Amino acid sequence: MATLLSSPKRLDVHKTYKLFIGGKYVRSESGHSIPALSEKGKVLDNVCRATRKDFRDAVVAARAAFGGWAKNSAYLRSQILYRTAEMLQNRREELIQELIRSTGVTRSQAEKEVTLSIDRLVYFAGWSDKYTQIFGSVNPVASSHFNFSTLEPTGVVAAFLPDLPALLPAITLMATTILSGNTVILIGSERYPLPIVTFAEIISTSDIPGGVVNILTGKRSELVSHAASHMDVNAIVNAPEFRNCIKLCMKAACLI
Amino acid sequence: MKNSRLSKKSSNGSHALSTTIVTNGHLTHRDAKPVPANQRQLKFGNKWSYAPAPESNSFVQLQKRYDLFINGKFVTPTSKKYFDSINPANENKLAEIAAANAHDVNQAVTAARRAYEKVWSKISPRERAKYLYRIARIIQEKSRELAIMETMDGGKTIKESRDVDIPLVAAHFFYYAGWADKLNYAFPGRTPRSIGVVGQIIPWNFPLLMAAWKLAPALACGNTVVLKPAETTSITAMHLAQILQEAELPDGVVNIVTGAGETGRAVVEHSDINKLAFTGSTEVGKLIAKQVAGTKKKLTLELGGKAAHIIFEDAPIDQAIEGIVGGIYFNQGHVCCAGSRLLVQEGVYSTVIRKLRDRIATLRVGDPLDKNTDIGAINSKPQLEKIRSLVQSGVEEGAKLEQSSCPLPRRGYFYPPTFLTDVTASHRIAREEVFGPVLSVMTFRTPEEAIERANNTPYGLSAGVWTDKGSKIFKIVNKMRAGVVWANTYNKFDPTSPFGGYKESGFGREGGLQGLLPYLTLD
Amino acid sequence: MVEERATALTKRSIKTTAKLAGLKMAVSMMDLTTLEGKDTPGKVAYLCRKAMQPADPQYNVPSCAAVCVYPNLVRYAKRFLGNSGVHVASVATSFPSGQVPLKIKLEDTKRAKEEGADEIDMVIDRGAFLAGEHQKVFDEIAAVKEVCGETHLKVILETGELLTYDNVRLASQIAIEAGGDFIKTSTGKVTPAATLPVTLVMLETIRDYFYATGIRIGMKPAGGIRNAKQSLAYLVMVRETLGDDWLTPDLFRFGASTLLNDVLMQIAKVVDGNYQSADYFSLP
Repeated sequence: MATLLSSPKRLDVHKTYKLFIGGKYVRSESGHSIPALSEKGKVLDNVCRATRKDFRDAVVAARAAFGGWAKNSAYLRSQILYRTAEMLQNRREELIQELIRSTGVTRSQAEKEVTLSIDRLVYFAGWSDKYTQIFGSVNPVASSHFNFSTLEPTGVVAAFLPDLPALLPAITLMATTILSGNTVILIGSERYPLPIVTFAEIISTSDIPGGVVNILTGKRSELVSHAASHMDVNAIVNAPEFRNCIKLCMKAACLI
Repeated sequence: MKNSRLSKKSSNGSHALSTTIVTNGHLTHRDAKPVPANQRQLKFGNKWSYAPAPESNSFVQLQKRYDLFINGKFVTPTSKKYFDSINPANENKLAEIAAANAHDVNQAVTAARRAYEKVWSKISPRERAKYLYRIARIIQEKSRELAIMETMDGGKTIKESRDVDIPLVAAHFFYYAGWADKLNYAFPGRTPRSIGVVGQIIPWNFPLLMAAWKLAPALACGNTVVLKPAETTSITAMHLAQILQEAELPDGVVNIVTGAGETGRAVVEHSDINKLAFTGSTEVGKLIAKQVAGTKKKLTLELGGKAAHIIFEDAPIDQAIEGIVGGIYFNQGHVCCAGSRLLVQEGVYSTVIRKLRDRIATLRVGDPLDKNTDIGAINSKPQLEKIRSLVQSGVEEGAKLEQSSCPLPRRGYFYPPTFLTDVTASHRIAREEVFGPVLSVMTFRTPEEAIERANNTPYGLSAGVWTDKGSKIFKIVNKMRAGVVWANTYNKFDPTSPFGGYKESGFGREGGLQGLLPYLTLD
Repeated sequence: MVEERATALTKRSIKTTAKLAGLKMAVSMMDLTTLEGKDTPGKVAYLCRKAMQPADPQYNVPSCAAVCVYPNLVRYAKRFLGNSGVHVASVATSFPSGQVPLKIKLEDTKRAKEEGADEIDMVIDRGAFLAGEHQKVFDEIAAVKEVCGETHLKVILETGELLTYDNVRLASQIAIEAGGDFIKTSTGKVTPAATLPVTLVMLETIRDYFYATGIRIGMKPAGGIRNAKQSLAYLVMVRETLGDDWLTPDLFRFGASTLLNDVLMQIAKVVDGNYQSADYFSLP
């Protein structure tokens, strides 16, 4: 007892990094994981290696959430995004530490990235009830009928995140896709997956309903193909590797 | 459905069957014979009355005295004069309000100018946005407290201050917060710039909401403000000042000067104000327009109205009745866009009148703090007298008075829900704005006549139309000379939707993307 | 606008004496219902006793208006209820679908009546209604009413399958014109069952019929009304749409099963001042 208490080295408790699907943290159905390495190559933790079935589950969750999320008023979506900024502000330090530990950036770089992320959420929160006023139109047609154009969300979006920066692109992609009523599956960087999984904890404590944002980790080369071939995915954004991007476009083109 | 299409097969399958039902051990008898036509009255009596359900105001702390808010601080007026703010529901004094004179107004404008030059025009739009978001959030956090104060000070029902006014106040700040850093998108190809110091004068019917309508876009666009609330309803504006302090809004960005006509005049006449925004009566609006003519001040006016509310034969009548009631009795009819001229197509006239009569019998007039009150107190004694005299003129000119028989409290300023039939376009009650719970009912025969009658007014703020035919809606809406036209609904407000008048109802728009324009110059 | 009005009525704040009076009225208007394939005389006995004496006499709660059962169980209900004054209502006409020939519907009704039912809850043929065969719907109701004679007829529209308010209004008009004494929202077997907006449309139809003929038709929302607060919202709606005359079990009923104990718990809460536990209230 005495030795334990006076021991200078206390053993840390490590977090299990899981997938975030439908508002719940789940392990990959495969039971497979991949190591998340630090910038210097040290194994920091293990993250789930999402499979085709995990991706399918994420699509099912995103599709189920789509109707309700898109039906909300723009004002409510706007407030929910703003609330997410509030939550991120509150847990700023945690994200800074995760960025430093995972990607090896300096403290001031990490601080800057998290601060920018918060402000970006606020910025996009404001777009939710405004973009239709700019892009929608009443069209002055010549015949005696009334004609207008309005924007609608497309549905389920799969978004592949670049390696670096490890947080800001994730937040930007998430906010831009969901502000109009889409639901999204974010596929984290294979190289630096930890910050985005930690960000999932902020999403789950914000007011964003389960399934609106889903977060997967794993091998991008595998998941790109799953996303491209899944018939219930309406859009794919920003596959960051050029080689895969071409492949993906060709595959998607074949399905149309 | 036509009854003739469905013949009754059964010889004895009539409703007049004498059927007995046993309830609670006692026999009761269902009507053996239909009620004769002249006795078919619905009874809205006391068989089951609602017990009082007052909203607790124990946690609301009103100050004994409210000072002016200048340069981020509460200061006593130079004249040391204060006037009383009365609770119109019981005529009790609520607090004393500072009376600002020209000197105080000058202090406020100077503070606003300094804040504009030194701080507000220099900070990034993104930071401006975040201040407004903060304000919106604090308003949401204090919403119940603000609603109760609004009800005590102005007489509006807690139901409306809680569910309409205060949520919309927060929504306006929230919406315009988002515009602060997106102005370039609102006016592509142009360079929007703030104007400078803005003077804003607001009315007593929606005290805090009108403050929000004015402040939020002005601040989002980068201007600083001197705001003058109406003299009967200044309390929530001063609590808003406390919220601005809590939000750490830089000193002098918003200054609030309370007082009556003299204070307002000082704001209008001040030479260092770049833009004036006024909401109130057409009479005062014209005076302001004259004052401002020839100066470099920009001006927007949101004035009175005498809105036509058109009910076609093919309208869903039960729903239209709700629209009529919401259109004229909402906020005791103290609404510039109230649907005060009801135009009913002749074929459904008697049905509409009968249903309207039954509907207003269920409206509850009384203590505005009671959660079940539908119609609260008239804002002030002079307003109550104005309503009485206009209704009197209507009766003298031959209109027929229909009033709910609901009991009115003995103290306070109250007026029952009222409508007048046999009104023609030449009656005073059909032409002048009453600003009270009084509806003038007229008839029409064809859509063309409806349009013509609806537009036959010097005003043009709003209008309403009820019909099941979509094509008719578009036809009417296009020909209506009014800033807002509601179809199959009425009195709906949203920060994203522009609001403002034609003709003597004013110019300029508040709300929506268009609501940014009065507060910007576009290069 | 229908929904807006219905929501506005839920905002009435019913407190203290008004709450107690309202809740007791709700009990007196309740058709305590069991409509399951697994119903037995034993289950019906529980239900009948509960309907006759819902709560401890100290709370001075009235009995329910009726129990509502399948035709096969009418005779047992009748026996258990005796001359307590609580009515026996029976569903009939091939409840809940109504998808059998008229002849069988009439047989079903006749038998329920002969077994002792005081009230018949029939279903309309929604298939025929949606196919535009309104005359057929009308004729069937009229024929059932003819078999009912003096027996009270409630016509179930199954509004959850009619889907639009216009359909609900039209079906209400047909049911009333064809001879229904009551119109009723739902079987309880389809979601959504009773809702406040649908009930409002039906009450408005009843009001129009009263204006036109002077005859008062009853209303029964059924299914989905599970707590005291909901029941008070319905009573507020009746009070402010049709007025005092309809605030009676003769003209307004609730079709419910789990509602009763929640209402009783709220009554006890008003009387005793404490929030209650379900353990202290007998199961139906």
